[in-house]
Amino acid sequence: MKGKNLVSITDFSKDEYLRIVNIAADFEKNPNQKLLNDHVVASLFFEPSTRTRLSFETAANRLGARVVGFSDSGSTSVKKGESLKDTIIMVSGYADIIVMRHPREGAARWASEVSSVPVINAGDGANQHPTQCLLDMYSIMQTQGTLDNLHIAFIGDLKYGRTVHSLVQAMCNFNATFHLVSPEQLKLPSSNKMHIKNNNLKYHQYTELADIMPIADIVYMTRIQQERFSDPLEYEKVKNSYVLTKSMLEGCKPNMKILHPLPRINEISEDVDETPQAFYFKQAENGVYVRQALLAAIAGVK
Amino acid sequence: MNKDQRHLNVTAIENGTVIDHIPANNVFKVLHILNLENNKNQVLFGDNLDSHKYGKKGLIKVSNTYFAANEINKIALVAPTATFIEIKNFEVVTKKQVEVPDQIRTIVKCFNPNCITNVENVPSLFTVVDKEQIKLLCHYCEKITGKNSIVFV
Repeated sequence: MKGKNLVSITDFSKDEYLRIVNIAADFEKNPNQKLLNDHVVASLFFEPSTRTRLSFETAANRLGARVVGFSDSGSTSVKKGESLKDTIIMVSGYADIIVMRHPREGAARWASEVSSVPVINAGDGANQHPTQCLLDMYSIMQTQGTLDNLHIAFIGDLKYGRTVHSLVQAMCNFNATFHLVSPEQLKLPSSNKMHIKNNNLKYHQYTELADIMPIADIVYMTRIQQERFSDPLEYEKVKNSYVLTKSMLEGCKPNMKILHPLPRINEISEDVDETPQAFYFKQAENGVYVRQALLAAIAGVK
Repeated sequence: MNKDQRHLNVTAIENGTVIDHIPANNVFKVLHILNLENNKNQVLFGDNLDSHKYGKKGLIKVSNTYFAANEINKIALVAPTATFIEIKNFEVVTKKQVEVPDQIRTIVKCFNPNCITNVENVPSLFTVVDKEQIKLLCHYCEKITGKNSIVFV
């Protein structure tokens, strides 16, 4: 994996997913390993982010690497009109690995083509967020003991939720059955369903959250954003129909776990936090181990 | 110049390419995609001509110009039925059919306004994921541009 870019989750093979998951497990046991003492990691956040940026920078620090970069393009020469290409060429002369988030879809792919050092996509608009996907897979492995043959339910905004798109693509490698719960106007895009069909896997679509409770091994919740609706009345109608509460967990499978890429607003009520099914905060913590694994693998030290 | 010679000028070329069976009204798009707007040789074209096969068709004749397969396939999106007829010494040498290529470079605009190719100076690149329906998967934003959303750069 040395020197590889990670732009889209499909850039990695099934073996590479499993390798990252295994290395991450090692970092979880022993997080402080100064393997990248002589490395500089550029953290370029053209758009704000809390979890992704902090967990990447924590991961780099725990590996002993130095981090340079910015958390908002307002303080950079992008504001003066510098092209992404020029910024990336320049930074690739400074750093050993570039981690970037950008508001435009495809920005990370373009950056990886002009950069002389590996680029890790930390989110490009509504397109891909592959490191979130890897940490989701790590969390699934950790809670289920396997990635194979699982029933995975995705709830909420399946149209614009990039974490959903990436995870659907990745889990197509593991004979998953997909249960898709969303309002009519936020269904999974056909390009994503094409991945499922191409792998001869099954998916089922629902509009009621309760329907999937007895079936799912993993319940992957997402936030429904008001700005996705052109009609505010439509939003009001659906916003409370995809809220997970403690009482709804009765009758779920004993191994069922709830994941959420966070931030959560109201779609998981706080009484769920105390249940054995809640896994989303541990999932966020897993982001550090998975990003350590990625940085180490791409730098060629693991 | 007598009447016969004028007629000959329009109908026959000594050396060059005749692009036949272009769907009616797509001639101008083909001229644009093949960059014939900047060709220094004689270029003749007609639109809404009578066709036995299609009713109406477009036709282009270019002197002293031949097209490589990758250029021919560029017009697949607007003229999948077109035939490229190579002429040498007034004789037909070869006939080539258009084939939908596996990839489309630079000529089509991604329909996603938030795609990096529409914001920065990035040449577009698509993989043709469906050659029948014409579905183009953007190499950058990974969105699919369908036949009805295709806009040429």
